[in-house]
Amino acid sequence: MKTLRRIYIALLLIFLYAPILVMIVFSFNKSASTSAFAGFDLKWYGELFAKDEVGEALKNTLLLAVLSSVIATVIGTAAAVGMSRMKRRWRQTLQNVTDIPMMNPDIVTAVSMLMLFVFVGTALGISTRSFVTVLIAHITFNLPYVVLSVLPKIRQMDKNLPEAARDLGCTPLQSFFLVELPAILPGVLSGWLMAFTLSLDDFIITQFTKGEGFYTLPTYIYAMTKKKVKPDMYALSTLIFLTILVLMLLSNFVQAKMEAKRDPLTAKGKAREAQMRRQKRAQRAAGREAQGGGEV
Amino acid sequence: MTRPETVPAPRRKRRGVVQTIAAAPHALWCVLFILAPMAFVVYYAFTDADGAFTIYNINEVFSASYLRILERSILYALVATAICLVLAYPLAYAITKMKARHQPQIIMLLMLPMWINLLIRTYSLKILLETNGVINHALAWVHLGPVHFLNSNFAIILGMVYNYLPYMVLPIYSVLVKIDRRLIEAAQDLGCNSRQVLGRVTFPLSLSGVISGITMVFVPSISTFFISKSLSDGRVKLIGDVIETEISMHNVAAYNIGSALSFVLMVLILVSLFVTNKFGEKDGGVIV
Repeated sequence: MKTLRRIYIALLLIFLYAPILVMIVFSFNKSASTSAFAGFDLKWYGELFAKDEVGEALKNTLLLAVLSSVIATVIGTAAAVGMSRMKRRWRQTLQNVTDIPMMNPDIVTAVSMLMLFVFVGTALGISTRSFVTVLIAHITFNLPYVVLSVLPKIRQMDKNLPEAARDLGCTPLQSFFLVELPAILPGVLSGWLMAFTLSLDDFIITQFTKGEGFYTLPTYIYAMTKKKVKPDMYALSTLIFLTILVLMLLSNFVQAKMEAKRDPLTAKGKAREAQMRRQKRAQRAAGREAQGGGEV
Repeated sequence: MTRPETVPAPRRKRRGVVQTIAAAPHALWCVLFILAPMAFVVYYAFTDADGAFTIYNINEVFSASYLRILERSILYALVATAICLVLAYPLAYAITKMKARHQPQIIMLLMLPMWINLLIRTYSLKILLETNGVINHALAWVHLGPVHFLNSNFAIILGMVYNYLPYMVLPIYSVLVKIDRRLIEAAQDLGCNSRQVLGRVTFPLSLSGVISGITMVFVPSISTFFISKSLSDGRVKLIGDVIETEISMHNVAAYNIGSALSFVLMVLILVSLFVTNKFGEKDGGVIV
């Protein structure tokens, strides 16, 4: 049974990885064939780097990801702080509206954003689709993820902390930046990271809201797949895959390090717990003795 | 040094107001860029090129040609979701049976493909399936084939399963791994065999993971356009393909049809989410 389970896991992992591995292998192919390996060559990578559009698309992708994730994190964190102090009914309403881009399929979000821009564009008599429209769209689909990861941290936080800060003379802003923000920082950071990667990865919403001639990496790959595909697209995909692999390994490594650093704290906590248990037992024993201790 | 008792009350109130205002930019953003765009989808779906009210676009969506595409999209998404569930449940279950130390590694291996862009994943699947591709070379080696995998229902559904399988595994795994071992032991003590334990204890307890897995696979499957476009060279059209074609024409009449299609898709998904959730609630309720 155990071997059967292992074989099953292995088969599905092979299913998930085989296409990607084949693509990586053929990005190093000497010929343009996708079935016969003619020998190792880096020429597709050379061809890729010779294209100006690739660098331009990379720059656009990173700029969009940085701007949209930072703006979404600022608005979303402030929103989570505000929402945690709202009346239940209002908070629920705002939460439901916030979640819409997360629930809707991307294509519906994309169409709806475009319809807004088209309407405004027609009203003003201009073509509105530009970097700004893509940026607005990215911030919009990033926001729910930031709010979703910050809200639980605020709920976990000791509500007396900001109160105490205010009592000690902090202004509301000081109390937020000096007390609340450090307490919810893990949630803020993971929300930002989520927003950043979603923005890097987005294809459909960018494709619909961008103007002519503007490319991010995903939309550039889409444009490449529309024509006859050459292995330089595999080269580009391989580079993206390897970048993601390195980033994931790095973040796992950092996480493991941070947990190791936190370990002494938990060890101390456990020691304190054990001490308290010992004290309780001693008290109980003392109580029994006081009662007479005849039963034992 | 003691403060008069009346002082804290007004201060607490003011503090609440200041912090609540922090949500204002977000609330404004929601109105401008979530609610307003949805309103414009409805507006374009129910108007003609001159902006006059009409139900022509909606009627058009339910005309024979679009209706067939709509049915096909629903069917493909349902089949892909079912296959994902059948493959993913045993996989998630098998992972929970591994040593605790190895589980995060397997989960990371499952998550890694999710971070690769869908276009790249789908295209690499296409390379593998090509008539002149690696699989057919392997088949030829054992004197089989060539099989024309591409341009078929099979290819598109395989594409959906390949892309969205991890979305089914992860929620199921995260629920399965949290199930209290003592419940399973109790069932065994009361005489359940392993099949009964799975059917009466483990599966009902993991239903919330199954439901969210179904949602996470069904919604992107029914609205995809790149998977069908790429794996059938644009020959098999799903509702996403039609929306994309209409919208990319960038003229008002096409926007009207595209909006109507999006509107219908949105309603369809809302209804199916509602039904799935009701089903989950009812089932969970009976068991608990």
